[in-house]
Amino acid sequence: MAQKAIREYDGKAIFAKHWNEYFDGFHYDFKSVLVTSADELREKAKEHGFEWLTQEPLVVKPDMLFGKRGKNGLVLFKVEKPGDVTLEDAAKWIEEKQSHEVTLLSGQKGMLTHFIVEPFTPHTQDQEYYISATVVDNDDVLYMSAEGGMEVEEGWEEKVNEVRIPINMSENEMERAVHANVPDGIPDEAKERFASFAIQFFKFYRDLNFAYLEINPIVMIGNDAHILDLVARLDDTAGFLMKDKWGDIEFPTPFGMEDMSPEEKAIAEADAKSGASLKLTILNPEGRIWTMVAGGGASVVYADTIADLAGVKDLANYGEYSGGPTESETQFYAETIFDLMTRYEDPRGKILIIGGAIANFTDVAKTFTGIIKALEKYADKLKAHNTKIYVRRGGPNYEKGLKDIKEAAERLGLYMEVYGPDTHVTDIVRMALEK
Amino acid sequence: MSSRLFTKDTQAIFWNNNKSAIQRMLDYDYVIGREKPSVAAIVAPTSSNKFEKFFYGPDEIMVPLYRSTPDAVAEHKNADVLLNFASFRTAYDVTMEALDLGKQFRTIMVTAEGIPERMARIMNQRARDNGTLVIGPATVGAITPGAFKIANIGGTIENIINSKLHRAGSAGLVTRSGGLFNELCNIIALNADGIAEGVAIGGDRFVGSVFIDHLLRMEENPDVKYMILLGEVGGTEEYKVIEAVKSGKIKKPIIAWCIGTIAKHFSSGVQFGHAGASANAERETAEAKNAAMREAGIHVPNSFNDLPQTIHQVYTDLKKQGVIQEIEEPEVREIPKVRKPKNFICTISDDRGEEATYAGYPISSVATPDTGKSIGDVVSLLWFKKVYPKWATDFIETVIKTVADHGPAVSGAHNAKVTARAGKSVVESLVTGLLTIGPRFGGAIDGAAKYFKYANDNNMTPQEFLAYMKKQGIPIPGIGHRIKSLRNPDKRVEGLKKYANEYFPSTSLLEYALEVEQLTTSKKDNLILNVDGTIGILMVDMWRALGYTEQEIDEFIESGTLNSFFILGRTIGFIGHVLDEKRLAMPMYRHPMDDILYDVKPAEEIK
Repeated sequence: MAQKAIREYDGKAIFAKHWNEYFDGFHYDFKSVLVTSADELREKAKEHGFEWLTQEPLVVKPDMLFGKRGKNGLVLFKVEKPGDVTLEDAAKWIEEKQSHEVTLLSGQKGMLTHFIVEPFTPHTQDQEYYISATVVDNDDVLYMSAEGGMEVEEGWEEKVNEVRIPINMSENEMERAVHANVPDGIPDEAKERFASFAIQFFKFYRDLNFAYLEINPIVMIGNDAHILDLVARLDDTAGFLMKDKWGDIEFPTPFGMEDMSPEEKAIAEADAKSGASLKLTILNPEGRIWTMVAGGGASVVYADTIADLAGVKDLANYGEYSGGPTESETQFYAETIFDLMTRYEDPRGKILIIGGAIANFTDVAKTFTGIIKALEKYADKLKAHNTKIYVRRGGPNYEKGLKDIKEAAERLGLYMEVYGPDTHVTDIVRMALEK
Repeated sequence: MSSRLFTKDTQAIFWNNNKSAIQRMLDYDYVIGREKPSVAAIVAPTSSNKFEKFFYGPDEIMVPLYRSTPDAVAEHKNADVLLNFASFRTAYDVTMEALDLGKQFRTIMVTAEGIPERMARIMNQRARDNGTLVIGPATVGAITPGAFKIANIGGTIENIINSKLHRAGSAGLVTRSGGLFNELCNIIALNADGIAEGVAIGGDRFVGSVFIDHLLRMEENPDVKYMILLGEVGGTEEYKVIEAVKSGKIKKPIIAWCIGTIAKHFSSGVQFGHAGASANAERETAEAKNAAMREAGIHVPNSFNDLPQTIHQVYTDLKKQGVIQEIEEPEVREIPKVRKPKNFICTISDDRGEEATYAGYPISSVATPDTGKSIGDVVSLLWFKKVYPKWATDFIETVIKTVADHGPAVSGAHNAKVTARAGKSVVESLVTGLLTIGPRFGGAIDGAAKYFKYANDNNMTPQEFLAYMKKQGIPIPGIGHRIKSLRNPDKRVEGLKKYANEYFPSTSLLEYALEVEQLTTSKKDNLILNVDGTIGILMVDMWRALGYTEQEIDEFIESGTLNSFFILGRTIGFIGHVLDEKRLAMPMYRHPMDDILYDVKPAEEIK
């Protein structure tokens, strides 16, 4: 995926790193820490440069890529009254929030692992503005509103001004368009300053290859910009250009998404090392139908067809291998799937789909030798789970590949039906289910 | 722009020397019986080779290699497709450079996956402004069966024949996925009569051309009778197709399916398919798009598994209506199973036919006096593969005559004579003489051409040239004679200059050299432009007048072509000296000892 979310802390760090270069006439005091526990926060406060943690009132919130933290009651900015949170209050709050699983209003569940801690910024509601930029269709769009904060999404149409910036729009046109669209709600004396900030914000978003950048709210007190809340996604395909500008950036797993299983991790590691592509996502470890599909497009149509014909509950995994994996890579991938699919009983028996479209240049016989070796190793387990195997594949050397795997199945006493390009790519799913 | 994406005459420039992909294209060309190979040239920035060999059926052909796209474009004006096989790091620059060259490229195909999105958007917009069709990024390309195929699309030749991709069928096919493109072609071959044109638009979020661009073109293309669209979850491109159908812009039947119906079962986190494939809103789901297309009157099956039946149905109906005719299957040329690459290449002569040829001209057409051709013509054919005009071949002949001999005392002739007196054969004696030719003996022709041309190319004044050579620490080659001077000019030089002034279309370098000579002779009387210098300089003037580029002339100089004239001419003289020795039957030569200064100190003691 090209667009990847980053932590609020990292987004602000990128702002701070390039502030002077982009935000002429504005000042940003980057006071922010990212911690994974209350003790880490207490330790941080002892470091030079972080005296503000003990000197100023604080705000604490989870920094784990999900929004609506205020509505979820996950922002600590007061104990008695706004702006009275001390370091110890913050630490205790983190301890409490980490003592149990958290369920968001959206239904996502998980443990909180990362918190961002910052000084409390006293301000009034009318000092809160909204600004964001992203790509819609083929154009960049800059959104500006005089009303920031949690409620901006309600009444979006009336509150927010949109500026569409096509990729070939000149710098002058862009600046004129932003000037012309400064929200009415911004006081006249602040309009010029806001326009200047918005233009620089857009250039920053553009030049640093953000895919999405939102500050809500941004508080402007004189020329001091306070980025109270930030959401950012980067176009990670630009990573090779942005190495220095982004620094050592992390792309965390979204909150609520289960951590990868050891098997998924192993496949991901093999994928990273290989020139070929190996992908595995376990959807239902107890599922009845397992797939080992070559090619990204084919893997989608197999998943579609299984969900259509058998129901999504029966679909155990999603994944693909492609780009000419070696024999041992294919064997490893196959063994991982065979191992996973022989862990839980299903009274109906298991179905294994070894599928794929007609390859462009992958040697089918060569990749099948890896699968055959894995079958040899797992034949007894597969039989014990009453597994029916359906094979369909085409491409270079497919005749030999299909013949070899058929012979192996007969030798090993496995139930297997084998089809070539004359059979429709996903028809083996129907056959397997009708059996 | 023509409604046909490619024709049987379409030629491409292939950026990156991707040998297996290019060979697949040429195999396809041979099978379908193209006259010209579909790859006109290759751009390989880091290669110093001038061509790459490929098989064309059982034979081999050479495809020229260039260091840059502008170089390739300059030589191949008819190649209107650029196949950009650069990596995601450089693909953007390669496309932008090609667009800067103007309108030569009608189509640019970009294969790299993961070009930064903003760069992809700039590139796509720039191409659109230029009227250039971009296919990709992140694609296997496109094919017009029976005419032209990009790189690996269609897979092996066997699969191409099985999927009827070797000749035009009636469907227009557009997919996002490259992996399923082959599969779709196979389905269409099994259930209908194949495709007339097919494009995989690419899997990245921002691609240069989308479904609607291709479907609108296919609507105009008379070879396409109906269209098949394989979309994907994510994006709203399919709605543009729906609009075009509703507004009547597209009238031909469309069969369509969006893959990725599975995505609805998983709220987030699981990426099904490509980078472009992620539904941001309800209307971007595969379900919504399939339903909307069905509602607009597009033929949408109930599932991907039912797609073959839908294709078969639409095809059969169109055939019944007479829209689609029966296709006569063409003859297919076979690629030999075993092909051996050739170790040697010859581009100057050929002895395989009835009569051997020089650069394609039968020997008899240049050999006998009645042809009016001279040894200069033979040299121009065998050395330069061209028929030079008479003034040039006469000049070549004059040069050969002029350098044929310069007496027995010069080192080469002396060596030849000494060897002959040792009892060696003509050829052995001759080569000892020839082996003497080098930087000090005969080399002044090369050197004069090289340095005078360099000075002239860089607009140095004669003063600057002299200063430059002094700084290099090299005496100016081609300047100076042992006895001849301005007052006692070399007749050979006079003759060459006179001929050139009379017959050469222009003598710009000679004029420059004479200015230099004025300056050098003002310092010393014998620092004249000598015969070697005159020949070297006039050769450059000859090539300039014949239309060679400065770069080509530099290559002649670098490869020692100028020295070759000296070698050729002087061989005549050396053979003369050797035969002279044989005739005289002189004994073995031993150099008189009193003519040698012995300066070897005796060793103090032997250990």
